[in-house]
Amino acid sequence: MPKRVGIEVSLAASEAACAADVDVIAADPVTPQTHIVEHLSELVADGELDAEFMPVESEHSAMSACIGAAAAGARTFTATSAPGLALMHEIVFIAPSLRTPIVMVVANRALSGPISIWNDHSDIMAERDCGWIQTFAENGQEVFDLIIHAFRVAEDPEVLLPVIVNMDGFTLSHVIEPIEMLSASEVSEYLKPYNPQMVLDPREPITMGPVGVPEMYTEARYQAESVLNGSKKVIVKAWKEFAKLYGRSYKPIETYRTEGAEVVLMTMGSVTETAMTAVDRMREKGIEVGLMRFRLWRPFPVQEFRRAVKGIKALAVVDRAISFGAQGGPVCSKVKSALYGAPDQPQVFGFISGLGGRDITVEMFEEIVKKAIRYATKGKGPMYELIGVRER
Amino acid sequence: MIEIRVHGRGGQGAVTSTELMALAAINEGKYAQAFPSFGPERRGAPVMAFVRIADGPIRTREKVYQPDVVVVLDPTILKIVDVTAGLKRNGMVILNTSKDEEEVRKTFGIKAKMALVDATSIAMKQLGRPITNTTMLGALIKASGVIDIKSMETPLKKRFGRIAEKNLNAMREAYEQAQ
Repeated sequence: MPKRVGIEVSLAASEAACAADVDVIAADPVTPQTHIVEHLSELVADGELDAEFMPVESEHSAMSACIGAAAAGARTFTATSAPGLALMHEIVFIAPSLRTPIVMVVANRALSGPISIWNDHSDIMAERDCGWIQTFAENGQEVFDLIIHAFRVAEDPEVLLPVIVNMDGFTLSHVIEPIEMLSASEVSEYLKPYNPQMVLDPREPITMGPVGVPEMYTEARYQAESVLNGSKKVIVKAWKEFAKLYGRSYKPIETYRTEGAEVVLMTMGSVTETAMTAVDRMREKGIEVGLMRFRLWRPFPVQEFRRAVKGIKALAVVDRAISFGAQGGPVCSKVKSALYGAPDQPQVFGFISGLGGRDITVEMFEEIVKKAIRYATKGKGPMYELIGVRER
Repeated sequence: MIEIRVHGRGGQGAVTSTELMALAAINEGKYAQAFPSFGPERRGAPVMAFVRIADGPIRTREKVYQPDVVVVLDPTILKIVDVTAGLKRNGMVILNTSKDEEEVRKTFGIKAKMALVDATSIAMKQLGRPITNTTMLGALIKASGVIDIKSMETPLKKRFGRIAEKNLNAMREAYEQAQ
């Protein structure tokens, strides 16, 4: 059994890309992603990783370079954070359309303004509909494992889509914790060399990314949507094989102590662990509460979700971003729409918390659960609530 | 689980000290978590860093609000920061000071259990600089007993290279002197 080593989660992310033996890294440093690309450039400079490191001048160029590299058949990695991801926005949408299996880590950070370097999910929610597979890590171990998994899924001939692995900026990226690392040779059992289906090669020229005339655009978008939805079975299968080889098992949705729960908290990302502690503490006091969290955000695992909520009376969904003008958070909106028309729906109450790095505490989860129980008993609650906001 | 909060000023190595402590604990087979209070920290401004050490997986990511142990790298912090805020009952404050216990209690009104060490003098002697983070680790390990002082050798050597020995000596001297 591999030994746990103490390492900063950002460095573990770089080590995962290294263990995956990437060919090309194109990135620009941005807080709080910086340590990932710093360490990768070290690994390349020290000869530990045989890859091309392209220190581009902007994220728009980073993603353009990644697409070019992946189109030429290279295993490609990048990482970014809020302002960088926003600058990349235009090109992010092109990667899935060209079926370039890039893996990108997003160290989640709040979008400006006001300017914030701290953690929330507003950056990734602005890219929600970009057509990439998107997963969320709960801890450092998962960051490492999800990156390895991401390459396996992305490069599967049935998929050929780019994957974003989300990890909370600072609250995950800058924490030192124990992680079981896998070496490149251990990973090579799981991740075979990338075998591209089609490559840009001057000797056998093809066109990638031509104009999509109105007669073709709808069909192209239909394909992008079909392949993304269809990727779920590959994602799940790849997790099962990961468990067989390395002993850690992952699912699109995880549940924790949901049996007989009056209210179930729903989270995404690193706050899940804090929520688990809150659940344990409340269960000790006799409050029947459980926890559910999304590991897979896109494609949204709708069947798994409907199965998981069966018999649950109320959900308290905790969002880390505001969907401005939509009266709630993006996760809660998706949860509600996924439940619409399902039999025996739970009541859903939306909470928004931890914006721009505000700490999410065990106590805060206890407050959310208490409120949700009260609303569930009454049979109604507000459209959504911003937890801990000072109105004056 | 033991929760530790380190107070210092930007540039004094508060964050490094928590990282080294966590690495040592993980090398011992324990679980640990080290992280700074993230912010636009400037050299000289008061900063905080946190460590949790436990026998099993740690499942919380909130800051440390109710520490078992508080470490103060810089005595001038006491005038501007309430370092005992949230300290657990039976919690302990480990202080870098040249003053004696009675004087510290009188001046700053600290009622909690204390361990004192003149870390600045030790650091000046061993390192030639008033950087007290590794020195204070010696006092912290002595007072808390949470890890074996020998476990600090590997992470310190990796971190400090050729100046590791000086830092180890400073740490060991504080370990002997802390009371």
